[in-house]
Amino acid sequence: MSTSLAVIADALPYLLQGSLFTGAIVVSAMLVGLLVGILAAVGMVYGNPVTRFLVGAYVWFFRGVPVLVLLFLFYFGLFAFLGLNFSAFTSVTIVLGLTTGAYQANIFKGAILSLPAGQFKAASALGMSNGQAIRSIVLPQILRISIPAWSNEYSIILKDSALAFVIGAPEIMARTQFVASRTYQHLALYIAAGVIYFLLTWGGVLILDKLHKYVRIPGYSHQGMNK
Amino acid sequence: MTTRQPLLKVAALRKTFDNNPILKGVSFELHKGGIIVLIGPSGGGKSTLLQCINCLTIPDGGEIEFDRQRLDIHSRPALYQHRQDVGMIFQEFNLFDHLSARDNITIALRKIKKLPRREADERARLELEQVGLADKAELYPAQLSGGQKQRVAIARALAMDPKVLLLDEPTSALDPELIGEVINVIKELAAKGMTMIMATHQISLIATLADHILFMEDGRIAEQGSPAELLGAGCASKTQGFCDRLNQLSGE
Ligand SMILES: Nc1ncnc2c1ncn2[C@@H]1O[C@H](COP(=O)(O)OP(=O)(O)OP(=O)(O)O)[C@@H](O)[C@H]1O
Ligand SMILES: [Mg+2]
Repeated sequence: MSTSLAVIADALPYLLQGSLFTGAIVVSAMLVGLLVGILAAVGMVYGNPVTRFLVGAYVWFFRGVPVLVLLFLFYFGLFAFLGLNFSAFTSVTIVLGLTTGAYQANIFKGAILSLPAGQFKAASALGMSNGQAIRSIVLPQILRISIPAWSNEYSIILKDSALAFVIGAPEIMARTQFVASRTYQHLALYIAAGVIYFLLTWGGVLILDKLHKYVRIPGYSHQGMNK
Repeated sequence: MTTRQPLLKVAALRKTFDNNPILKGVSFELHKGGIIVLIGPSGGGKSTLLQCINCLTIPDGGEIEFDRQRLDIHSRPALYQHRQDVGMIFQEFNLFDHLSARDNITIALRKIKKLPRREADERARLELEQVGLADKAELYPAQLSGGQKQRVAIARALAMDPKVLLLDEPTSALDPELIGEVINVIKELAAKGMTMIMATHQISLIATLADHILFMEDGRIAEQGSPAELLGAGCASKTQGFCDRLNQLSGE
């Protein structure tokens, strides 16, 4: 028991460095996903048939193929084929970013469709272009509505990021496995890793929850309650 | 009156939805300062006509001439400019839920007219004052009553300095006790010479404001004329019959 604790204490700085790497992957992937998801959602709702088809194909592809397969496909397959020498970090960010982007696209699409249609009409009637109406009227509202679903997506991507160890990214899981294979303290170390993942999930969800409350529209509640 | 150029001229406007002809050739003229009231049975095409005038619905045929310019409905910049010139008030207010009363007004000023924030805020203050809501600038739509929302919507439209205001049943979604405050604002606008086209079932607005009534039925203008012509004593017009029924419904 005391050896377990000693091993954890020894390995902790090393593991925490891994959590910085994990954090960086997740934050980058979520931001890539945000950008891609918004564009894809706008394309699905307002785009012409060709745009809608292309976006639909993207969403189905990334929803339908396991993340592990995507990682191998992109890192060992596509990037190598194209002669792109991307680091593990860049590769994981792209794959996880495009994956969460597909899910975020559906979140944002649902949010856009839930807005009363009259607001877009009113914006057009004032003389706004479609782009101006989307940027000034639609996006600020759907981003607010989507925070709880986005927070859910964060916790999923955080856990998916552990898969990055298979392509040698020095994140939490890879480092834990490395230490465990040398010290044989598997149980203690993986518990420690689990706790780190849990804390990252909890902290991120807490921050997003705060953000959701902070940007709440006065007098308006998405929970269907007043005040 | 007839010798002057009309501000708005609509000719043979047609619109079909899903093989259903909704507007079957509507023509009329509107002079500066004039007020046209659109009445007629539900489904007659009043809302469709109003939305075709500012091209929120793109008409299938016909012509719109505004300020002596023929509107090119295929040019987006032309449409966007046209919609700035033609303000619209909706039955359901359609305020932007995420913006305060002030920012509902300033957003178009800042994004379209590129006004600096300070100037836009000042304009919003003036417009809110005009509709009696100077003290409500910070409130959000969800914190306003229906009548207040509609007055903010009117202030929002007026801030763009439209040359014509289209109003689609501006009081129909309001509780009876809130109708008066909106009617008063509309009457003040009329007194200031605002050019308007309004669809309404509000008897008090029809008789007092209209200088021309268009009675729309089944996608056509079935009858038109001044209130005196259509609503005069002993008049057997469709308009008269329709207003009588409205009166009976409202129990007057
Ligand atoms: N976007 C649309 N798609 C299909 N049909 C439509 C559309 N908009 C309107 N219509 C149809 O056009 C007809 C005329 O509708 P419109 O709203 O113009 O009538 P209205 O005179 O304004 O009626 P009301 O007094 O009830 O407001 C209706 O039968 C309606 O169902
Ligand atoms: Mg209508």
